[in-house]
Amino acid sequence: MAAGYTCWGRLPIAAGEPLRLRWRDAALPDEGTLLAHGNGRSYGDSCLNPGGVLLDTRGLDRFTRFDRERGILRAEAGVLLADMLRLTVPAGWFLPVTPGTRFITLGGAIANDVHGKNHHVAGTFGRHVRALELRRSTGERLTCSPDQNPDWFAATIGGLGLTGLITWAEIALKPIPSAYVAVETARFGGVDQFIALNDASEPSHEYTVAWVDCLARGRNLGRGVFMGGNHARHMARTAAPPLGDPALRVPFDAPAWLLGRATLSAFNGLYYRRARAGTRVQHLGPFFYPLDGIGQWNRLYGRRGFYQYQCVVPRADGGAALKELLGIVAASGQGSFLAVLKGFGGLPSPGLLSFPRPGYTLALDFPNRGRSTLALFERLDRVVEAAGGALYPAKDARMTAAGFARYHPRLETFVRFVDPRFSSAFWRRVRPEES
Amino acid sequence: MRHQDAPTDRHEQPAQPADGGVRILIVGATSAIAQATARLLAADGATLFLAGRDATHLGQIADDLTTRGAARVGTMALDLDHTMRHGELLDTATAHMEGLDVVLVAHGTLPDQAASQADWEVARQALETNFLNIAALLTLVANRLEAGRHGTLCVIGSVAGDRGRRSNYVYGTAKGALAIFLQGLRNRLHPAGVRVVTIKPGFVDTPMTATFTKGPLWATPERVARGIHKALEKRGPEVVYLPGFWRVVMLVIRLIPEPLFKRLRL
Repeated sequence: MAAGYTCWGRLPIAAGEPLRLRWRDAALPDEGTLLAHGNGRSYGDSCLNPGGVLLDTRGLDRFTRFDRERGILRAEAGVLLADMLRLTVPAGWFLPVTPGTRFITLGGAIANDVHGKNHHVAGTFGRHVRALELRRSTGERLTCSPDQNPDWFAATIGGLGLTGLITWAEIALKPIPSAYVAVETARFGGVDQFIALNDASEPSHEYTVAWVDCLARGRNLGRGVFMGGNHARHMARTAAPPLGDPALRVPFDAPAWLLGRATLSAFNGLYYRRARAGTRVQHLGPFFYPLDGIGQWNRLYGRRGFYQYQCVVPRADGGAALKELLGIVAASGQGSFLAVLKGFGGLPSPGLLSFPRPGYTLALDFPNRGRSTLALFERLDRVVEAAGGALYPAKDARMTAAGFARYHPRLETFVRFVDPRFSSAFWRRVRPEES
Repeated sequence: MRHQDAPTDRHEQPAQPADGGVRILIVGATSAIAQATARLLAADGATLFLAGRDATHLGQIADDLTTRGAARVGTMALDLDHTMRHGELLDTATAHMEGLDVVLVAHGTLPDQAASQADWEVARQALETNFLNIAALLTLVANRLEAGRHGTLCVIGSVAGDRGRRSNYVYGTAKGALAIFLQGLRNRLHPAGVRVVTIKPGFVDTPMTATFTKGPLWATPERVARGIHKALEKRGPEVVYLPGFWRVVMLVIRLIPEPLFKRLRL
């Protein structure tokens, strides 16, 4: 139903006037700035356009064709990854790259050039886009691919929806032997052990990811649970029910004490201690999308919403920046239970503004406590910048204009491809000169 | 309702062809409810033929339904207000699908009540599109299904047709007349073993109602589509309120005595 439009972090930011698009050729309004809004899973203000029009693309949810022999899927931009999986997994094809939720649109996956647990072997989502159509506010329709309009293609992959409206896209899927993943789990006591485990696992495991207890301090600093996975053979291809709609839903905003330090420390400690080293076979649903089983989990952070802070820091310093970041977070006591650590590989993205780059990426959720949360981010920013790292726009609601420019060396090239009518709250914040 | 008196020669034409599933003609196929219903039918492997005004949009829907598992999808673009083309539509659809098992009529417009009051031409057009032109199509469909002694006719009406109200009585008149027309057809076609299903959705969140403020009574087109899909599958009730609670709501509304009803602002 037409609930209010917000970002996933549910921060108090106005959304813009929604307009539901049902057809690729739907008329666009003549006045105001425009921004495509898919399923609203961007955490911050990159999916919002206060004062302008929000083009709701969920009505563009048609498949165009699925080549079951070659694993090529063309669909409209508002199709959810979840819908794609229901179609392709039983036929033996999986998304070449998938983020931690399947409830995002195809257009959103491209505009944010999302990454997954296989970045070290597959790169970003944008690498697997064969073609897309870009509708400009001028009425122009550009088919873009690595060969056709390649400059527009590069600007639109990871282009935060600013180059125009993506109406459809075609992606190359990857064949899978089954709908299951063989997962190896191991605990690590700190950042050094994580790096050793991760770097040793990357050649043998297609999927690697770690959860970190960001509240643990002292000698437990940086402890966590590492997971390495490969598609399992000799198992069934069934997609349902594990790829269906969420079984549970958070029905209301959680009270503040629920995510207090005591509860979270207890939860994280329990999670760490309960993790068992070993191998097991798991359906790809819970492996790739552990949180999709709980609808609207963002409500756990209460009425004020939450921030996610996701950065990447180079590998060269041997984890020094990671340790420093985790130390600051642990000392602040503001972290929560969702902290993810993952190695990025060297495969380049076609996207000009793409976030992933070689290094380790750390993503942490923080309940919105106003000024103290923002002050913590500034301290983290200094570590990221000193290390030569970057922040992820899809998760952001507060990075500075100077930071944005530093993180994106090809920004000035990108700016030339921004549609004069398209904008977002994020864009006006990091490029005030454009508005 | 049982069909104990259904004649045995119905078996001459199989209820479902062996390969391509049920053969369904959807009229008004670009509507949100029709599209959502067609997806469920496509997943069953049905053979579909889509009629609507916009050829481009029909083509996009046809691609989608084919991808989702439809055995075959044909399309024909026409303005259904051109009643002289209804015969051609039925011929084309029947030829394309090599038969016809179900006709789902989902097209309609929602006239602006204030404009319909101020200008008879607006009201007349609404009555033509939502009743007369559909009745014209249903007459042809009914004759064919009756002759074939087989099939289902399913038409999307509205709860608005259950009682005239100040806020939408022109639309309600068309839908009410349609319901009575279908009631008559159901009675007439019963001996031929042809089912006539009237779907009565309540408030549905579609482009037709885009400007309305939505409350808790509103349903998604997907939810309504699940109800239609079920009504087509089962030999169940032939007047179906969607979602089901509208049966109770409309019963209450119909029971309010006229002297009281006329004072209400509904």
